[in-house]
Amino acid sequence: MPIVHKGTVVDVKKVGSYFVLTATAADIPKDFKPGNFVAVAIGDERSSLILRRAFSIYQVNDRGVYGGTVDIVVSPHGPGTDYIANLKRNDPINLVGPLGKPFSLPKEPVPCVLVGGGYGAAPLFTLAEALTARGCRVDFILGASTQEKLFGMLEARRISTTLSVTTDDGTSGVMGRVTDVLPDVIKKSGAAVVYACGPMQMLKAVSEVATLHGIVSQTSVEESMACGIGVCMTCVMPIIGEDGVTRMLRSCVDGPAFRGDKVRWDEVGTIPADTWGAPEIGGH
Amino acid sequence: MKRVPKRTTVDMSTKLGRLEFSSPVFTASGCAAAGKELDQFIDITTIGAVVTKSVMLNPRSGRATPRMAETPSGMLNGIGLQGPGIDDFIQNDLSWLSQKGAKTIVSIAGNNVEEFGKVADKLRDIPGVVAIEVNISCPNVENRGQVFACDPYAAADVINNVRRNVSASIPLFAKLSPDVTDITEIAKSVVKAGADGLSVINTLLGMVIDTDTLLPKLSGKTGGLSGPAIRPVAVRCVYQIRKALPNIPIIGMGGIRNGRDAIEFFAAGANAISVGTTVFNDPEACVRIHDETAEILQEKGIRSLSEIISAAHREDL
Ligand SMILES: Cc1cc2nc3c(=O)[nH]c(=O)nc-3n(C[C@H](O)[C@H](O)[C@H](O)COP(=O)(O)OP(=O)(O)OC[C@H]3O[C@@H](n4cnc5c(N)ncnc54)[C@H](O)[C@@H]3O)c2cc1C
Ligand SMILES: Cc1cc2nc3c(=O)[nH]c(=O)nc-3n(C[C@H](O)[C@H](O)[C@H](O)COP(=O)(O)O)c2cc1C
Ligand code: FES
Repeated sequence: MPIVHKGTVVDVKKVGSYFVLTATAADIPKDFKPGNFVAVAIGDERSSLILRRAFSIYQVNDRGVYGGTVDIVVSPHGPGTDYIANLKRNDPINLVGPLGKPFSLPKEPVPCVLVGGGYGAAPLFTLAEALTARGCRVDFILGASTQEKLFGMLEARRISTTLSVTTDDGTSGVMGRVTDVLPDVIKKSGAAVVYACGPMQMLKAVSEVATLHGIVSQTSVEESMACGIGVCMTCVMPIIGEDGVTRMLRSCVDGPAFRGDKVRWDEVGTIPADTWGAPEIGGH
Repeated sequence: MKRVPKRTTVDMSTKLGRLEFSSPVFTASGCAAAGKELDQFIDITTIGAVVTKSVMLNPRSGRATPRMAETPSGMLNGIGLQGPGIDDFIQNDLSWLSQKGAKTIVSIAGNNVEEFGKVADKLRDIPGVVAIEVNISCPNVENRGQVFACDPYAAADVINNVRRNVSASIPLFAKLSPDVTDITEIAKSVVKAGADGLSVINTLLGMVIDTDTLLPKLSGKTGGLSGPAIRPVAVRCVYQIRKALPNIPIIGMGGIRNGRDAIEFFAAGANAISVGTTVFNDPEACVRIHDETAEILQEKGIRSLSEIISAAHREDL
């Protein structure tokens, strides 16, 4: 059950072009499942930035000296993310979580490929641990535009059978995209599931590769959110349901992890004409 | 642990006409869905009432994303009334709310006058529904998309039609738009048509332009502005309506963030308040604002909320 945590900042560390923030959040570790996120308030109760910002949970710790803590990886690029990156030890921080539907885990100990784009790698490490604990083989692919934006290489190497790295500019690993190496990793590992988190375009491409190889993909999407708790309907995406009908589902509560082949990637940002409740031509 | 209001010596109960509420703090339509998600954070049976997302006759996908842009002390939204349609809503959402024992005010909307009536008709004898809020701040597809709430005749037509389709005992609250020259004119018109109370205000029409693409940020181009940025406008609207209609029950809303903000609305003439955008920032806001209001009254030595309602008008009286 998500709750409002009035915590404090334990640490903010610069890692490449990101900042890893650790905050106290007593109850998050025991409720947490890989793929959950937290919604962080920007400023205090007088702040003019009203909306919380969503961040994947990178790590949790319930036995540290600070009691329960949660770690997030922040890529500063706007007022909210800059604010978080500039927080200092002992500053107050207000976060709501754990939120969202976690990744679904396979019932059998099948091989899995985990694909992280930039800070999108953040939720994949706890996922890798959960998969490993079930006896799944884990292969990692990390991709980014440039070396500084790769996240978690050492850790990924430690918990995976193989790690492949791609950068758009070739500053680290293979020059190219994650999907350039994905088919090979799927074949060599005999993967049955691909998990991915990163930019939408990457998720779409990963999902297509998985489908082409006849395997399942689980993609964790990033859609603009106003509430993060399911009450406002801003974060919707066109998702095909069990019954074959497309509905505009809330990515904060029905996601952020969706089966890749159920997301209508090309129509994100539209209402596909056959969506449940879509407007008649010329209607709303 | 779900947050519930603290016990105090201040009498925080309030009345809207014949209806009584243990707390004057309600959710705002569209900012609390149908209560279920918020009930993880607060016990929704302990707030005044749950005002549900405006529901229409048929399922509705809403608008394409982006549906939201953050603005200084507020946000712009263009959700497009996404919802399951009234039948599904009654079966799932209302049955959950009534089983919980939450006091529910159902917000309804329509594309035309008839649709409002049809939706209202479905709500006859549904347990737990204490009032209907009629969201007339939506476009009339039969009149070039002109918003009902911006025309005294169209607004009255809707209320009239809803009144004829519901039992005489259920109170109707007309939800008004601030985007008019004289809000008291609309208020008087809907009250004459059968509204028992008024919900004041809905969002203000706004636009945000992306400075990179030089295009409007929302897919619907325009959207509704809400949050603390609109509070002075909302307080003014409540004040003007209270002055024009001294006895009409008013649910005040628009940018309420804390107890002090709530007190402004009560003093302006609101009998109850709805908390909308602030819930996105603080899912416990409805209970917190109740507590803060009670605390401020207690500090001032005021025993009952009713003592401050309309207090801002006392020099005029
Ligand atoms: C489920 C989820 C997990 C995320 N995990 C991470 C993470 O681990 N690390 C990280 O750095 N970022 C993550 N993000 C993206 C992060 O939420 C946005 O970068 C951040 O909200 C931008 O805020 P800003 O004020 O800096 O930028 P602005 O662009 O000025 O933000 C303005 C508004 O738009 C919204 N917004 C803008 N970009 C995004 C976006 N990409 N996704 C969602 N909302 C956005 C903001 O919430 C805010 O309301 C995640 C987003 C989601 C939905
Ligand atoms: C995301 C969002 C959705 C809304 N949906 C509705 C709605 O369905 N029906 C309605 O009458 N008002 C709707 N509103 C308006 C609110 O109920 C309220 O009148 C307005 O936002 C002002 O209050 P606030 O500043 O506290 O949010 C919505 C507001 C927001 C922010
Ligand atoms: S962000 Fe509000 S419903 Fe998802």
